[in-house]
Amino acid sequence: MDWDWQNAINALPLLAEGILVTVELTVLGSLLAYVLGLVFALIRQLRVPVLNQAVYLFVEGVRSTPLLIQVFVFFYLLQPALGIRLSAFVTGVIALGVHYATYTSEVYRAGIEAVPKGQWEAARALSIPRMRVWTGIILPQAVPRVLPALGNYTISMFKETPLLLAIGVVDVLNSAKEVGAETFRVIEPYTLAGVFFLLVSYPASILVRRLERRVGTV
Amino acid sequence: MFDNLGQIVSSILEGLPVTVAATVGGVALTIVLAFTAGLAMLSKSRTIRFISRVYVEGFRGTSEVVQLFWIYFVLPALVGLQIIPLFAGILVLGFNHGAYGAEIVRGAVQSVPRAQYEGAIALNLGPADRMRRVILPQAVVEMLPPFNNLFIQLLKSTALLYFISAGEMTERGELLRPALPMSQLTVIYGVELLFYLLLAILITVVMRALERAGARRLGRRPPARRKVFASSAAGGA
Repeated sequence: MDWDWQNAINALPLLAEGILVTVELTVLGSLLAYVLGLVFALIRQLRVPVLNQAVYLFVEGVRSTPLLIQVFVFFYLLQPALGIRLSAFVTGVIALGVHYATYTSEVYRAGIEAVPKGQWEAARALSIPRMRVWTGIILPQAVPRVLPALGNYTISMFKETPLLLAIGVVDVLNSAKEVGAETFRVIEPYTLAGVFFLLVSYPASILVRRLERRVGTV
Repeated sequence: MFDNLGQIVSSILEGLPVTVAATVGGVALTIVLAFTAGLAMLSKSRTIRFISRVYVEGFRGTSEVVQLFWIYFVLPALVGLQIIPLFAGILVLGFNHGAYGAEIVRGAVQSVPRAQYEGAIALNLGPADRMRRVILPQAVVEMLPPFNNLFIQLLKSTALLYFISAGEMTERGELLRPALPMSQLTVIYGVELLFYLLLAILITVVMRALERAGARRLGRRPPARRKVFASSAAGGA
């Protein structure tokens, strides 16, 4: 079997639909991971009783186990137990977002700890209210420095989205699978799917590296 | 409620040897490729640097799941050779994580102070001896913590072998799932998650022991005891 350009071109419309879904998953999943990760990090930093320990165990547990199983647990176990039924897509966004929030929370932690101690002491000396210290002094210094790391996790997430095929999300890989089932030719769709990931993630990682040089890293 | 609990657990644990084999095989291939490509990226030859760069960016840039589909479904169509699932899995795990590992090796070798090279040259050590006896022993100790994260990442990736029916733990669980009531799904996933967690801790314990042994051989103070969970962020692009 050799490469067939005609088949590759015929596969494009269906793949394009899948690409759109992959991009949506990545964007929405990342937004959730950025927000939830910050929430986790703040709970840990502020040592909120009980929640602090709960978040710690949750973060370590999630980071040490496969995302695929977490997707299954959320889809087949948690949702029926809670009496809800989310679509495969929404399930995917939440699973990706929560999984990566455990990584981004560590990024925020490093960013917050990298703010010099003198900033805290100065804020205290000026008796600035605690809330204002966070929103006006600490986070504005911490967040720019964590942007490259957050970008890297978005790229990682992007490359992990195809595993959502397991619960039936029609992403680019699932579209490729469909093309393969229709045409009995797998070379073109799967290769194009791989090329798509490379075409997005390689330039993206160069951009992140450039950002890293501008704002530094944690 | 848990009347056939023993059966469920033993059925999932039949997948444990496959998960372990995929992890060990993947880690072995990762180490070989990471050192080969990592040192090749520091080569004087532009061609060798280019080839290793293409390997690293190619495998880091295309998704691991896509690579798995490619090697398992496309390669047989291309060359007419069906690879057994576990072997295909080990290849993908090794090649993918080897690409990430190459950056670790390159970074660690570059972080060895310049004076060490100069000292080795002053002692009239050839390039091979310089690398083997002076640079690498110091670089390897630096590599161990990031490799710890990488290996845990690899362990977690073995779950993807579910897609090619290699018979590892995740797949065993999913085969049981349709026939079982909700209450017993808790057992399936509980057992799976527990074993991945235990394997991850085992990797960390082994790597920490290596780290201490390595530091001792260099005459450095061994690293302080830390929590068993790998602490710094894993993954990355």
